[in-house]
Amino acid sequence: MILEVRNLDLYYGDAQALDDVSLDIAEREIVAIVGANGAGKTSLIRTIGGMCRPARGSIRYKGVDIAGQPSHKVCELGVAQVAEGRQIFPNMTVRENLEMGAVLKRARAGKRGTMEKVFAMLPRLRERADQAAGTLSGGEQQMLAIGRCLMGQPEMVMFDEPSLGLAPTIVQEVFRTIRDLHDAGITVVLVEQNVSASLKMADRAYVLENGRVVLTGTGAELLRDEGVRQAYLGL
Amino acid sequence: MSGVSENRVLAGSPSTGEAARGGLIADVPRRALILLGLFAALLLVAPATVGDYLLSVMILVLYYAYLGLAWNVMMGFAGQFSLGHALYIGLGGYTAGALFVHYGLPPWFGMVVGAAVAAVMGGVIGALGFRFGVKGVYFALLTIAFAEFTRILFDHWGWVGASSGLYLPVEYRDTDDLWLLRGSATMFYYVILAMTAGAFILCHWLLQRRVGYYWQAIREDQEAAQTLGIDVFRYKMIAVMLSAAMTAIGGVFYAFYYNNLYPETIFSMHRSIELMLGVIIGGIGTLFGPILGAIVLTTLGEMLTGLTEDLGLDGIKQMSYGVALLVIIVYRPGGLWPWLRRRLGLEKPR
Repeated sequence: MILEVRNLDLYYGDAQALDDVSLDIAEREIVAIVGANGAGKTSLIRTIGGMCRPARGSIRYKGVDIAGQPSHKVCELGVAQVAEGRQIFPNMTVRENLEMGAVLKRARAGKRGTMEKVFAMLPRLRERADQAAGTLSGGEQQMLAIGRCLMGQPEMVMFDEPSLGLAPTIVQEVFRTIRDLHDAGITVVLVEQNVSASLKMADRAYVLENGRVVLTGTGAELLRDEGVRQAYLGL
Repeated sequence: MSGVSENRVLAGSPSTGEAARGGLIADVPRRALILLGLFAALLLVAPATVGDYLLSVMILVLYYAYLGLAWNVMMGFAGQFSLGHALYIGLGGYTAGALFVHYGLPPWFGMVVGAAVAAVMGGVIGALGFRFGVKGVYFALLTIAFAEFTRILFDHWGWVGASSGLYLPVEYRDTDDLWLLRGSATMFYYVILAMTAGAFILCHWLLQRRVGYYWQAIREDQEAAQTLGIDVFRYKMIAVMLSAAMTAIGGVFYAFYYNNLYPETIFSMHRSIELMLGVIIGGIGTLFGPILGAIVLTTLGEMLTGLTEDLGLDGIKQMSYGVALLVIIVYRPGGLWPWLRRRLGLEKPR
């Protein structure tokens, strides 16, 4: 297992966001985390990424406990996240945004080469390299957020709602890109409200409800599960 | 790539290969260099040509330009709003002033100590604010609170003269003593000119370094900066402490130029606002904005003061600042400098 989360509790003040969450992610897996709004999906990946400090529990990444470590230390280990809502730097150019992705020590040296790889994978970014990122379309911004994350040469990427607010054709493109990354050897954690698309793509999945893991299984198993079908797929 | 470009995370425009050259002026268009040179030459020869009054106005302009540059490091570069920068002016002024009055220590020594004291104070405020997630307006309120209780402390502290103030001895002399900073207005003019030029070059240099880009990232989207692995806390602390130290050095100048310090005036909210007005008018986050803003605002203030003295109207200066601010916010929300820069054709080639 590349990531082992055990008995994680997280509070925002008095409100409990995560309640005894445990999960495992193997190397080169695609794991989906699904659930309704407020189920704790974003809280979970923020906690893994070092943006929130858990009250209890452990997070072991390649055997190292990273629970409560600040995000810049976690990032340095190869754990990256593409945050919800495409947090790009609007006044920087596309190229500058990408360069900001390579601030980690692990990524500085190979920066030029990584950028070439990112451009090869996401050619639209090369076309728009010297344009202010704020002028890109929603889909392009999402691609930029993904490309910028890759600049850090991550081993595991956690995507938070990458399809949010995008047109259906663009969503397909985003999912295809995520699959490409997986094929290139990156471990993927996918948080999505688009339950059917993410379950189809995922090797395994966890269902979160009110901060607890209520169900886990392979993507195919969960797609057949009566409860999941009723609650999330509207069938 | 050489070690130089290693230090500069972000190359300017890779197509021209300017990144490899690095250097302080590599990215600056030739036209801008010429204009900057002319401006500098004008400032250098000014004392020989202008009268006493105009010289005192120019000192004031440079003083506010310097403070604006210092405040801009925190607000303009790193996006952290301070409404209590008078605190650092006061700390710098009082530290250097008291060391001079009580122990005869030269201001250059007081400058170092005052800057250190202010940096520590800035660090305390920053650590409190950033650790506990105090953001935006609430952070600004925190900075005011510190300025206010420091004012009250100094109001009751006998060693620095309490509420009746601290006076630096003034003596008539024919020669300028740069070591003890006692002398003519011309000497003070060159001192503040050197300080402002130094702050300007420092800011320009910082913006080209890694830290400058990290600040921009934090300013544009702190969460995103954090997810990329930028140590947000550390770089915000650097901005606050540096800004505080720079501001304190401005306070040292104030103390030795005016020779008196009162807690009620030096720590006042009024002063904190005054030093940021110029930056807002000139252009927050820009290099030249604080300087342009100080020129516009101080000139406006002085002209109106002259006018109202004849007419017997008080408070016109403060009102005019308010009006100027309104006009800028409505018509040039980015400040005057970005607009003027376009007009002068000084845009950086992309």
